[in-house]
Amino acid sequence: MRTALVEHPLDPAALLAEVEDQGSGASTLFVGTVRRTNQGREVTGIDYSAYAPMAERELATIVAEAAARFGTTHIVVEHRLGTLALGEASIVIAVSHARRAPAMDAQRFLIEEIKQRVPIWKREHYVDGERAWTDNAGGAVPAAPDALSAS
Amino acid sequence: MRLNVLLFASWSDALGPQVVVDLPEGARVADLVTELAGRASGKVLPRPLVAVNHRYARSDAVIAAGDEVALIPPVAGG
Repeated sequence: MRTALVEHPLDPAALLAEVEDQGSGASTLFVGTVRRTNQGREVTGIDYSAYAPMAERELATIVAEAAARFGTTHIVVEHRLGTLALGEASIVIAVSHARRAPAMDAQRFLIEEIKQRVPIWKREHYVDGERAWTDNAGGAVPAAPDALSAS
Repeated sequence: MRLNVLLFASWSDALGPQVVVDLPEGARVADLVTELAGRASGKVLPRPLVAVNHRYARSDAVIAAGDEVALIPPVAGG
């Protein structure tokens, strides 16, 4: 098992190779990429930032949970930080397992838990020059907030 | 007690990456959020969670001097 926050382009094939094992009958690879549109707006790139020590801890915790729940230690997760262009990979998750079903279930569990729990944030850049923080619940916060109060 | 609180994303844009907060001994996570929400009054910010020593903390958790405390706005990894 291995997790990392990195500031260089991700290499999905290398992570897939890293989880290969002769005891495995299935390997899964998830690659999350920067999409051109979000919430109907045209995106030109995304800045990813993290609360690094906690994000590293939380990533490792989630991977340990997946290992215990699905029965494989062949799991590697890398999340990229910094400014990413359209189409670039922000996260790669590789899993291998003796059987295909738990390999795929572990993959789904990992990405969903990571999206909910790991303290990483993204600020989208739009074609009109505006930038906004967005969250995994679909909300967007204006870059220059001015109307309501925090609650 | 005096706490250095780390802020991220929209909260960092609004108040800076780190703020100093004076709270009474025995203060809870909810007290910290109330204090910081007051400072951000007038700005649109999402409700944050709070991490104490790199773990998510309940709103009734007591904060101790020397804890590493961070406000965690809604996350967006993946």
